[in-house]
Amino acid sequence: MEHIISVTVENKFGVLSRVAGLFSGRGFNIESLSVAPTLDPSMSQMTIVTSGDERIIEQIVKQLNKLIDVIKVVDLNETEFVSRETAIIKVHTKDQDRAEALRIVDIFRANVIDSTPTTYTIEVSGDPKKIEAIINLLQPLGIKDLVRTGRVAVAREPVRSAAVQAKKVARE
Amino acid sequence: MKLTGAEIFIECLKREGVKTVFALPGGVVLKIFDTLHQQKDVEVILTRHEQGAGHMAEGYAKATGKAGVCLVTSGPGMTNVITALADAYMDSVPLVCFSGQVPTNLIGNDAFQEADNVGLSRPCTKYNFLVKDVNDLAGTIKEAFYIATTGRPGPVLVDIPKDVSMAKAEFTYPNAVSIRGYNPTYDGNKWQIKQAAEAIMKAKKPILYVGGGVVFSGASQELLELAEMTQIPVDMTLMGLGAFPGEHSLSMGMLGMHGTYQANMAMHYSDLVIAIGARFDDRVTGKVSEFCPHAKVIHVDIDPTSIRKNIHVDIPIVGDCKTVLRELNQILRATVNGEQKDLRKPWWDQLREWQQAHPLTYQQEQDGPIKPQQVVKRLYELTKDRDPIVATDVGQHQMWAAQYFKLAKPNRWLTSGGLGTMGFGFPAAMGAQAAFRDRLVLCIAGDGSVQMNMQEMATAVVSKLPVKIIILNNGFHGMVRQWQDLFYEGRYASSYLDTTPDFVKLAEAYGAVGLRVKKVGDLDAVLKEAIATDKPVIVDVPTYPYENCYPMIPAGGCNHEMILEDPPELKKKQSGATKVTPEDKDTVLTA
Repeated sequence: MEHIISVTVENKFGVLSRVAGLFSGRGFNIESLSVAPTLDPSMSQMTIVTSGDERIIEQIVKQLNKLIDVIKVVDLNETEFVSRETAIIKVHTKDQDRAEALRIVDIFRANVIDSTPTTYTIEVSGDPKKIEAIINLLQPLGIKDLVRTGRVAVAREPVRSAAVQAKKVARE
Repeated sequence: MKLTGAEIFIECLKREGVKTVFALPGGVVLKIFDTLHQQKDVEVILTRHEQGAGHMAEGYAKATGKAGVCLVTSGPGMTNVITALADAYMDSVPLVCFSGQVPTNLIGNDAFQEADNVGLSRPCTKYNFLVKDVNDLAGTIKEAFYIATTGRPGPVLVDIPKDVSMAKAEFTYPNAVSIRGYNPTYDGNKWQIKQAAEAIMKAKKPILYVGGGVVFSGASQELLELAEMTQIPVDMTLMGLGAFPGEHSLSMGMLGMHGTYQANMAMHYSDLVIAIGARFDDRVTGKVSEFCPHAKVIHVDIDPTSIRKNIHVDIPIVGDCKTVLRELNQILRATVNGEQKDLRKPWWDQLREWQQAHPLTYQQEQDGPIKPQQVVKRLYELTKDRDPIVATDVGQHQMWAAQYFKLAKPNRWLTSGGLGTMGFGFPAAMGAQAAFRDRLVLCIAGDGSVQMNMQEMATAVVSKLPVKIIILNNGFHGMVRQWQDLFYEGRYASSYLDTTPDFVKLAEAYGAVGLRVKKVGDLDAVLKEAIATDKPVIVDVPTYPYENCYPMIPAGGCNHEMILEDPPELKKKQSGATKVTPEDKDTVLTA
């Protein structure tokens, strides 16, 4: 089963290779991995999309925790989470296709971020299904280039009922 | 006052209590060697190969419980020490390895003797550092020792570029270390420990399965108390030998592929397996799906990844063996009464029956070829009063040593378990001897594996490390031959060594003492002579070449399905053979 694992790590050289080496050395899957510094520039946040049965996911989480440079590991599948991925797609557009391309952009609430007489470069973000869908629709026009960020994800903040919230405020 | 990087290095070692460094110089570490040369607090033992330096540091660490330290140069120095790092990583040996690196401005330029030391060692160290600024050196070394010796111990590499060892900085040594991503858990969860105690009280057929974690945690005393108080039998892993007294009536001996019959049967039929500082290695579990089919499993380990990695665990306890056992004993002391003994009487009857049915056995004829087991047994009996430290290489001789050398105390057993590194024993023995100059240090070796680090005999002679090597010389890579006899229809593909050096002359060539046992009757006298010699000694013991090591669980087999002796066709083939015949050589050639 697919799991999204959010990993907070030290922001220093070599950490990415420690994490990647752990996955390759132990035969774990990486479907995508994205990494960037957090608000605190001494730390980075990695979002790793991986897959495996319960035992393998437990090992992945434990092995990540064991790395000295890893500060925190959260298996987002254990909570509610939201995730997004961005793709940039460069599409060949013959004269008769340009309007169709724009219609697709419109339907998917994507953006054209660069344009030449024969191409559009389209930016789209959303969940992976949405990205797949727009790629499928643009494919007949001729996709020249495609880059995807891999997913980033964050746990949903639990929603408190008004009564609980009021109590909390009162306590504070 | 400002110190050079090299001086800072030595100051740090002094503060960590390091007395001995196993080292081999090279261009980029010359500044450090030059500085070491001008002081007397830290002794340098010059090895003949970096792998030797690494294993010596391991032997030092295993015998003392403190971090072993080695120092190598860049490039080939680093690649040579990798085997020792990988070995230490598998067996959780606290080790700090310092490697030289080309000057920082040349890193990445394919400079002479450059290697990506941090990259090379990443998968076989607990952690590693490249020090780019001399101002970071002291703090890094402090962290390196801290990481190597805390939690589940392991090797740490510190890579020091040449310019960093020469540059100067103000020296301050931090008192404490805090790493936000590294906080090992020492205290076990109290609720879980209580659960474990309850399970122990109720169990009818419990077994303690203890490993190297007990040795490194220094928990032998607590283990002894637990076992005696609850009258639970003790199985030891290869790494755990010495954690519990081998001669104790509760000891079942070693378990696993070449473990004793009773140790493996006890695991298979147990209703409660209490694993302490052991990691359910495949050499112990055999076929995982049929491992301990009737048992609930308690697993105490400081490394959470060890728990539920191979085997389902019912009561996991993450923590230090010593701390957890203390707490467990405290609960049990208040609850244990005579009832458990009655409850477990049938279990003990069964265990004793197994013990008597299939004890470790071999046939030594008075005029026949020397049996390797006999050598280990006599060596044990002749030396046990001197509380020796015993190192081994890897192979048949290692298993016989594990079976017949019944260690009474921890930190006496130096062997390569996880990685199975041939050539480990001799340098490891030297490392232990360097730590304890007055102790008797033995190395039980095979004629195949001992040659893998034979060059260190020069180190032993020069540095006055009077290790006694006993070579069980059967002319084969014996364990390989055993597998070929059992599973490859007796084709000896590359296992027959054909020519081995005259080990007596070899010892003499190095300035050591060489002795040979010519017949069984001479065994005791020669061993005694070796033990009484205050120089490094090689005792060459030509042994029966076809002896196989039993019991044996074939790889992937079940724990209760042991091979206990040679199958009939093998017996027939080898009947009357006393040494390797020309036909065997032909088997080698035609295989």
